[in-house]
Amino acid sequence: MSRTLEFMKRNIRRTPFQAIAASMVMFLTFLALQTFLILAAGSQITLRYFESKPQVIAFFKEGTTDADITTLENALQQETRVTKTKFISKNDALQVYRDRNKNDPALLELVTANILPASLEISTQTPEDLQPIAEILKKEPVVSDVIVPEDVVQTLTSATRIIRIVGGSTVVFLLIFATLVIMMIIGFKIRIKRTEIEIMRLLGASPSFIRNPFILEGMFYGITGAVLAWILSYALLWYFAPFLQGYLGEVNLLPASPLFMLALLGGNLTLALLVGGIGSFVAVRRYLRI
Amino acid sequence: MVKLRKQSSRQSSAMISFQNVSKKFGSAFALEDINLEIKQGEFVFIVGPSGAGKSTLLRILTREILPSEGKVVIGHEDITKIKDSSIPHFRRQVGVVFQDFKLLDDRTVFENVALTLEVQGKSDGETAKMVEHTLKLVEIWDKRNLFPRQLSGGEQQRTAIARAIVGKPDIVLADEPTGDLDPKTAWGVIQLLNEINSWGTTVLMATHNQEIVNTLKRRVIKLKSGKIASDNKEGKYE
Repeated sequence: MSRTLEFMKRNIRRTPFQAIAASMVMFLTFLALQTFLILAAGSQITLRYFESKPQVIAFFKEGTTDADITTLENALQQETRVTKTKFISKNDALQVYRDRNKNDPALLELVTANILPASLEISTQTPEDLQPIAEILKKEPVVSDVIVPEDVVQTLTSATRIIRIVGGSTVVFLLIFATLVIMMIIGFKIRIKRTEIEIMRLLGASPSFIRNPFILEGMFYGITGAVLAWILSYALLWYFAPFLQGYLGEVNLLPASPLFMLALLGGNLTLALLVGGIGSFVAVRRYLRI
Repeated sequence: MVKLRKQSSRQSSAMISFQNVSKKFGSAFALEDINLEIKQGEFVFIVGPSGAGKSTLLRILTREILPSEGKVVIGHEDITKIKDSSIPHFRRQVGVVFQDFKLLDDRTVFENVALTLEVQGKSDGETAKMVEHTLKLVEIWDKRNLFPRQLSGGEQQRTAIARAIVGKPDIVLADEPTGDLDPKTAWGVIQLLNEINSWGTTVLMATHNQEIVNTLKRRVIKLKSGKIASDNKEGKYE
């Protein structure tokens, strides 16, 4: 094995530009792959967050009694489409307001519990259940206003779908492209080393002794590209986390979980070994006649 | 695996035996009905004009090509019958020297010679010892860190011979090893092959060089149009 590695290192060292080109192609492929995976995972978590959050908010009119609210809450809990209800009193609303604006004392001074309405947050089984529940609530005499963040969920659902389709197609295309590039580079190396291969054969080298360094070389390019892409994407994600989290608001996505990033690295390395291994194996089968 | 050394230890038995061997490329015969026996420790010149079949004969002996007909027995093994997976092991017992040296330009003298042992799976320590011994033997130890392009033709051929013998093969095949060398350097190479033969290694050398053949007075097998035209002990090349 050590000799195979030594021969692989020699192959790489003697043709550095091809090695850099192959690693760069793999790097770009895996950078794209990771970008799409991170986007897909992020949008999925965001979508889940919105799906799990109270999606319909019903604001009560002034003077609504606790009994009216309890009656409405009990009626909603009979609905199979409703998973959870949560009453937010005027004081709770003020607390939420204070938490959100704790850095802006001017805004805090102007608001008291009296001007904030009490509300009921209702979670549903699916985003499709939101509108029917909203319609029911609008007919209630104690309800002054109903907010349905259905659009956000719909936008996120379609964005997630687009990311999956476009990302998936791009990644599949790039993986095929990277496999072909590895195949081409290893094939080219086999051709320029044909004299050496011929001599090794005559000296009694076994087919695996000749083939294995080429296969390992393809895997090496894959792993190099994947690791570099992972380091860059992790660094970018870490660097821009405070900025991006500002946009995400309550959706707690960043900083990315180290476990998720490790799983991403593991997945990438597996794919890199497959792409590099398959590309070089096909090249060896096609161009190396032993 | 073919075990040449053990099986060929009897001086009287043939080390190499061609039995009714023919080789056709398309419809043309490169070799036709060749029958010959070579004993262990013999030094044999294979002579003849270009296209006579000298290189084809040597290529059959390295199992680069198979004969179209007949048997080629080395030791007690018909090498036309050995499995593909056994060919590498067989080749480790046959050293080959080429006219154009076939050295690897991107490796030093030491690395070129070490390659033989690396493919055999020898350890680094063992490889270093055996290469040092062989390079000293062929008198190019002081050039061990040079690349082939930094060597003269004679030094390159010595390196090629060192690569062929470092694995202690039973047979050395030399395909016109002096073809690209000036007469003085060529003599140095021949003396080296002669010395290798004196240790008991069987040497088959294809050549056009009349002076060398006639001076050495060894067995000469003359090929003409793929057939054996003559086979003489202490023969001459006319």
